[in-house]
Amino acid sequence: MKRIAVLIAGLAAASPGNSQELKIGFLAPMTGIFAQIGKDMENGFQMYIDEQKGNFAGAKVTFIVEDEEGKPPVGVRKAEKLARQDNVHMLVGGLLASTGYAIAPVSNRVKTVYVLSIAAADDLTQRDLKQYPYIVRTSWTSSQPHHPLGKWACENGFKTVSAIAADYAFGHEVLGGFQKAFEDCGGKVIQKIWPPLGTKDFGPYIPTIKRDADAIFSLMVGPMALQFPKQLQEAGIKKPVIGGGTSYDEFVLPSMGDEVLGHVSALQYSAAIDTPKNREFVRKYREKYGKVPSYYSESNYTTAQMIHEVMKQTKGKWPGPEKFIQMITQLKLDTPRGPVRFDDMRNPIQNIYIKKVEKKKLHGFDKDELWNTVIHTYPEVSQFFTYKKEEFLKQPVYNRDFPPCKHCN
Amino acid sequence: MKRIWILLSVLALAAAVAPFTGPFVILLLAQILVLGIIAMSVDLLLGYTGLPSLGQAAYLGVGAYLTAILATKFGIGLGWDFWLVVLMGMAAGAATAGFFGLFAIRASGVYFLMITLALGMCVWGLAYRWNSLTGGDNGINMRGRPKFGIELANDLTFFYVVLGLFIASFFALHLLVSSPFGKSLVGIRERELRMRILGYNTWLHKYIAFVIAGGFGGLAGVLWAHLNGIVSPVDVLLPASVDALLMVVLGGPGTLVGGLIGATVVVFLREYLATIVQWWQYVLGAVYVLTILYLPGGIMGLFKGGKA
Repeated sequence: MKRIAVLIAGLAAASPGNSQELKIGFLAPMTGIFAQIGKDMENGFQMYIDEQKGNFAGAKVTFIVEDEEGKPPVGVRKAEKLARQDNVHMLVGGLLASTGYAIAPVSNRVKTVYVLSIAAADDLTQRDLKQYPYIVRTSWTSSQPHHPLGKWACENGFKTVSAIAADYAFGHEVLGGFQKAFEDCGGKVIQKIWPPLGTKDFGPYIPTIKRDADAIFSLMVGPMALQFPKQLQEAGIKKPVIGGGTSYDEFVLPSMGDEVLGHVSALQYSAAIDTPKNREFVRKYREKYGKVPSYYSESNYTTAQMIHEVMKQTKGKWPGPEKFIQMITQLKLDTPRGPVRFDDMRNPIQNIYIKKVEKKKLHGFDKDELWNTVIHTYPEVSQFFTYKKEEFLKQPVYNRDFPPCKHCN
Repeated sequence: MKRIWILLSVLALAAAVAPFTGPFVILLLAQILVLGIIAMSVDLLLGYTGLPSLGQAAYLGVGAYLTAILATKFGIGLGWDFWLVVLMGMAAGAATAGFFGLFAIRASGVYFLMITLALGMCVWGLAYRWNSLTGGDNGINMRGRPKFGIELANDLTFFYVVLGLFIASFFALHLLVSSPFGKSLVGIRERELRMRILGYNTWLHKYIAFVIAGGFGGLAGVLWAHLNGIVSPVDVLLPASVDALLMVVLGGPGTLVGGLIGATVVVFLREYLATIVQWWQYVLGAVYVLTILYLPGGIMGLFKGGKA
C-alpha cells in the first residue's frame, strides 16, 4: 500500500512535462458576449505556433485552450485546472482586467508562470508586483496608452471633457490615466458616467452628457463599443469623441459605420501601422482568418514570439518559472506593434499610437474600409509615462474615485 | 438509516482516497461538498416543503461577501475567528432569508419560483452596483485562507474542514427532517390545506424552513469564498441558483443525499466535459431533461425508497 501511495504521489508531483515539451495553458472567453474577442486572442497565438510548426527551438508546443467565459471566478477555476490537472508550464491570457486580478493569486498558489497577454490590470505590475513573483505582462497597463492620450487631447485644443466609461477595473484605470495626464496639462474632466460592463442601451446615459463639454471621452469594451457611437449619433450629438483603446480597436471596427469617422483613440497597436513588419502580419493574418488582426491578436502573436525567443536561448529546455520570468523581461524585440522592451516592473515599454478612424484603402487591399490611421506616435512609453516611478507609485491605483473629479459640478 | 451508512462510507472513502488524488481532484471534491451543502438547503425547501426556490444563490452570496469583506477590509476570519465567521455567515444568510421570507412565503408554486428569483436578483444588484462595499463587477479578491494551528491554504486540510462541515450540516438537516417539525413540512408538501385544518400554522412552518435553508446557504457561501479566493457578482447570478435547484432535481428531491449526488454529476460534467467539447452545456441540458422525463425521483429514485 505504502509503495503505491509513493508511486501515485510521485506521479502527481512530477514536474510539468519533460524538458523537450512546452505546455501552454491559454485562457480566453470562448462563450458569452466576449466569445469573438476570445477567438481573436486564440487565433493570434495559434498563428505564431503554426508558423513555427508547433516547435519552439526543439520543444514541442502543446497548446491547451480553456474557456474562461469572461467571468473572473470561472477564470480562476480554469487556471487551477490548467495548472493542477494539465501541469502546464505557464498560463497565458485572461481577457478582462478583473480576471487578471483574480488569476494572479492562482499563479502564486500553483507556482506557475502567468503571462498577462491581454488583461491590463494596472496594479499587477505596479503596487502589487512584489506579491506576485510569477507574473509578467506582455501587453499593456490600462492607463499606459491613456496618459499620452490625455496629453494629446489637452495639447490639441480640448479644454473640457465629459467621460463615459465601463464600470469595472479596466474602465476605472483607463479613465484615471486619461484624467491625470489631461488635468496635469490644464484640461478639465467635468463629468464621469459609469455604465455597467456589457451595457447595450445607452438611452439613460447619453442625455445626461453635459452640453458644454468640448469633447466626449468614451471607454467601451466588446459589444458596447458598437452601440455607443450609433446611439450617440441617433441622439444628434456631434461633439468630437476621443476614446480608450478598446472603443475603436480592429475587433469592432469592421462592424462599425460612418458614425465613427474622425473619432480618436490610443493604443499600443493599430492594424494601420505602416511598417513592413506590420503589413506582412496583417496580410498573413487576414489570409488565414479572413479579418484584420485586432490588438487582441497582435498581442498574443507577439507573446508567443517572446516565449519562443526565451526557448531559443535555452535551446528548447524549460528554464523553470523564476528563470523564465527573468529571461523574458530581458528581451528586446521588433514586433508588428513596433519595438518592445520591458521596464523593471515586468511591463512593456512600447510606442503608443494616437489613432483616428478614417475610411480608405490600405496595405494593398482593394476596398474602402475603416482604419485606425496613426496621427501621432509617442515613442517608448512606459507604464509611468513621464511621471517619476516612485511618486507615481505613491498615489493609489486608479479607481472609481481616484483621481477625484474636482471639476464635476 | 441504511442510506446514511452508505453515505458515510462513501464520504469516509473519499476522505481516505483524497490525499492520493491529484491536486485538482481535491479542489473539485471540496467544490462538490460546498455545492452539496447549498443543494441540501434547496432540498429542505423543494423536497420536503414543496417550495421550489430559485434564489438560493442569494444566501450563498451573502455568506461569501460577508466573508470576503470581513477578511479584506477588517482582517477578521483569518485565524481562529474563522469559526466565528462561519457562524456569522450562517446568521447573515438566515437573517436575509428571514427578511425575504416575509415576501416569498405568501406565494406558492410558480409564484414562489418567480418571487425568489426576483429577490435573488436584488442581492445580485447590490453586489454588482454597490461599488464601495462589494467592488462591483471586479468582485473581491482574497489574500489567502485562514490559519489557526492548521493551514487551510493546504487544499487537503481545507477539504477535510469542508468535509467536516458538510457532515455536520447533513446530520443537522437529517435530524430536522426526521423530527415532528420535518414531518409537518412533508405534510405541507403533500397537502397544505389539510395541515391547516388540522391546526398547524403552515405559514410559520414554511417560514422557519426558509430561514434555516438560508442559514445553510450562508454557510456554503463562507466556504465558497475561501474555496475560490474570489467573490464576484457572477457567483450570485441566476445560473448559480438554477444550478443548485437542478442538482437537487437531478440527485433526487426529498433525500438530502440527492443534492450531493447532483453536485457530483454537475461538477464533473462541467469540469471535464468542458475541456473536451465546447457544447458540454447541451449534454448537461439533455441529462436534466432525461432525468425529469424518466427519473422523476432523480438518481436516488433508482434505489428503492427514493422518497422520504
